[in-house]
Amino acid sequence: MNHHGINVTRACEGPNCGLCCTRIENLGVTIGSDTILSDVNLHVHCGELTAIIGPNGAGKSTLLKAILGEVRHTGSLKFLRSSGVRKERPIIGYVPQHLNLDATSPTSVLDLYAVCCSKSPAWLRIPDKVRHKAKECLSRAQADHLLDKRLGALSGGELQRVLVALALEPVPELLLLDEPVSGIDQNGLEMFYNLLSDIRKDYDLSIIMVSHDLDLVARHADRLVLLNRTVLASGTPREVMASESFRKIFAGMS
Amino acid sequence: MELWYNLVDLLPFEWAEPGRMLFMKNALLAIILLAPIFGTLGTMIVNNQMAFFSDALGHGAFTGIVIGGLAGFLQPMWSAVAFSLVFSVGISVVHHKTRMSSDTIIGVFSSFAVAAGIFLATLGGKSFAKLNSYLVGSILSITPSEIGIIAVILVLVLIYWYFFFNRLLFASINPVLARSRGVRTFWLETLFSMAIAVLVTVSMSWIGLLVINSFLVLPAAAARNLARNQRQYHLIAVAISLFSGVSGLIASYYTETASGATIVLITAVIFLLTLLARRRSA
Repeated sequence: MNHHGINVTRACEGPNCGLCCTRIENLGVTIGSDTILSDVNLHVHCGELTAIIGPNGAGKSTLLKAILGEVRHTGSLKFLRSSGVRKERPIIGYVPQHLNLDATSPTSVLDLYAVCCSKSPAWLRIPDKVRHKAKECLSRAQADHLLDKRLGALSGGELQRVLVALALEPVPELLLLDEPVSGIDQNGLEMFYNLLSDIRKDYDLSIIMVSHDLDLVARHADRLVLLNRTVLASGTPREVMASESFRKIFAGMS
Repeated sequence: MELWYNLVDLLPFEWAEPGRMLFMKNALLAIILLAPIFGTLGTMIVNNQMAFFSDALGHGAFTGIVIGGLAGFLQPMWSAVAFSLVFSVGISVVHHKTRMSSDTIIGVFSSFAVAAGIFLATLGGKSFAKLNSYLVGSILSITPSEIGIIAVILVLVLIYWYFFFNRLLFASINPVLARSRGVRTFWLETLFSMAIAVLVTVSMSWIGLLVINSFLVLPAAAARNLARNQRQYHLIAVAISLFSGVSGLIASYYTETASGATIVLITAVIFLLTLLARRRSA
């Protein structure tokens, strides 16, 4: 058994791992007469960070939306347990690219936690129990000090950490992240990738992330998928970055 | 009602003297019950940038009243409620299906409703004048049984808000994220539109079509300038709504103006003040 195989086997024995592998077969998305994705084949293993890279308009966010069930797709999407038995829809954590909030919105981080993860109405006094839980949840992404801040007052990096913390409650089996194109400083990005690396190890879950920072991806991702309407290359970051397609698309960028 | 009259009798106004001006006392109670409803639901109207939408619902309700009058119902209000419910669901479905810009769709529906209302009302050379009361509104004409209806609506709105607010806010913050956690956003938002449709239709004859949207939008918009979380947002919106409602009604008694418009003027001044307060703190 090669190194990679050993890794996968170990990962699937983890305590949180109800899901072993997400298998995307022949996935295609057509909206109107526009074919956005076709013939996409991917295997995503738990305990691994899979980063999706590609040019603008490559269909990266659409792929996440297809996995979420937001857009209709052809082909199949299978979630398999370690025993190989097919599983119903797993718990999916999702970190959106941005929120639809204007900067003056009177919504605090605690409010967002309340609407996302509790039944306690955010317009009434939030019980201490819920507040305590919110703090605990946010601390997983080093964001507990932001509890009473307004969402509009957070920096891009802070908001990102809050959203990741929320996506981890309840602990998902598959975590999907749509990284913002801009708005996060280099320092924040570095912190964000370190956080993801830790999460992957601590919770043993599959992470699929749309990414725009090739440099960080090369250092932190376990697998890289180069997407442009279909999968052009996939494998370790080193393999993908050495491929002909990668050079064609990102020529002159790095 | 007796208890209420006895209470108001304690106030130091000439109209508050025992046994006098019961219509004024009815109106005061009505405003006190209406203010929290508008203040509360308005917070979400502003969150979702639905100001134009709620305005259109008023137009739909107006058409409903005209149709109800034509069909010879004694109480055109109920046919108006039915019509504006259909109208609000219509806008939601068309918006959902066509992915057209929502303000275009709302504009189309709104213009259609108003034109149809005026067309039907004036059909056969009839005068429009009898409908003026719906445009300007009169809270002073409210009856105790109508106040009962408002009280019931207030209780229903509070129950609705207790159970549905979190999901509404979640869908407003990010619908994809909300759906990924099992929130059925389309039905949720349609139900909210229907609630607004009922509220606007029922209270149109008291507040007036021309200013009713301000009752929804202004208190929340002003509260937004000051609030830092949802609790403050609701508290301030309801407080502003109550304050301007009560003071506007009393002021309209002395200035002999339409109470709906007087209340809106006071709310608008409060909005300007909060805007200045925000500029200073920012």
